[in-house]
Amino acid sequence: MTEGQHLQIILRLGDDALVLGQRLSAWCGHGPILEEDIALSNMALDLIGQARNFYTLAAVREDQGRDEDQLAFFRTDKDFQNHLLLEQPNGHFGDTIVRQFLFSAFALERCAFLSRQWVDAEVAGIAAKAVKELQYHWEHAAQWIVRLGDGTTESHEKVQASIDHLWSYTGELFTADDVDVAGAQAGLLPELTVMRDAWNARVEACLSQATLTRPEDGWMQRGGKQGIHSEHLSYMLAEMQVLPRTYPDATW
Amino acid sequence: MTDAQRIERVWTMVRTVHDPELPYLTVEEMGMVRGVSMRNNQIVVSLTPTYSGCPATDVISEDVANAVKAVEPEAQVEVVLSPAWTTDWILPSAYEKMREHGIAPPEGQSADRAFLTGQGKVIPCPRCKSKDTLMVSAFGSTACKAHFKCNACLEPFEHFKCI
Repeated sequence: MTEGQHLQIILRLGDDALVLGQRLSAWCGHGPILEEDIALSNMALDLIGQARNFYTLAAVREDQGRDEDQLAFFRTDKDFQNHLLLEQPNGHFGDTIVRQFLFSAFALERCAFLSRQWVDAEVAGIAAKAVKELQYHWEHAAQWIVRLGDGTTESHEKVQASIDHLWSYTGELFTADDVDVAGAQAGLLPELTVMRDAWNARVEACLSQATLTRPEDGWMQRGGKQGIHSEHLSYMLAEMQVLPRTYPDATW
Repeated sequence: MTDAQRIERVWTMVRTVHDPELPYLTVEEMGMVRGVSMRNNQIVVSLTPTYSGCPATDVISEDVANAVKAVEPEAQVEVVLSPAWTTDWILPSAYEKMREHGIAPPEGQSADRAFLTGQGKVIPCPRCKSKDTLMVSAFGSTACKAHFKCNACLEPFEHFKCI
């Protein structure tokens, strides 16, 4: 693992957290019920906090005079290396829950590994906190999948459609590129084949309890980790970045 | 004044800082103060935030810096992320204060997975002590709390999550 790859791994962890955190934050004030409004906003806060920690670490390591805000607000869509799944629009509540469900099952396993590895103690420290937060995110999503899947005919059909739609974004989670391979060889990142088994076990058990059907693995979307994104990310970043880009010295 | 005396004097000031979201608790009682040390003749106060995204973290760092400034104008406040904060570090004195303010304190050790998400554990009502309570949502008014209701006295209450 080169120094550049090491830095890229930390940035990717930050990008995943920030993009999903930004998406979830859009539910604030729009949740279907008060408890869910609070829950989704809380999770957004956790994720944005995790992103801050990863970005701050990356900024210190790269030593280019940038800080967490520069990394979040002054990079373009092509610079972001988050998984495509996370930038997909919120859609209806079921779409958001399915996105949470598919990603949390992955993020929880990945974060547990990160918290146990000894290659990068600072990443381990951030992950040790994040893994407990992600445990809550996973439980929340899994409980909703069961409630919606095993709920009414309408909720079942809607959430099954959400799963079928978002499924093509799950392949990328387990497709290793050079950076993933180097990170895994160095012991910083988990082997994605091992992750896939753990993820499948989690997801399949929950879908089965929810009387939902696991889609067949067909053609899968990819490109996020290489900076090739769906158009949704560009719109999201435009909204997220407009204020600091318009007033670069703005402070609270 | 010896280094030890300077450190002790800073500790006295740090102990006056309260958590902005739980104002009846000090940051020391919350287990957020990792230590006060001397580096190159400069005092360093080390703090560990509770949650990754806790918005109170910045305010707490500022409050600590301001409190310490009176006795050590050059003192630094640093944020330490590793090891990660856990509810196991909350001091025993905080538990009773939480109950007095209607918040059920964390139950058990965070190392126990079942305790982490509140499944299968009994959280007694901080008002009437009944064990007949229900979790309404694992997410409450702040990142650190879950939302409960008591089936006996019918009052809602908050539970400080184990993490």
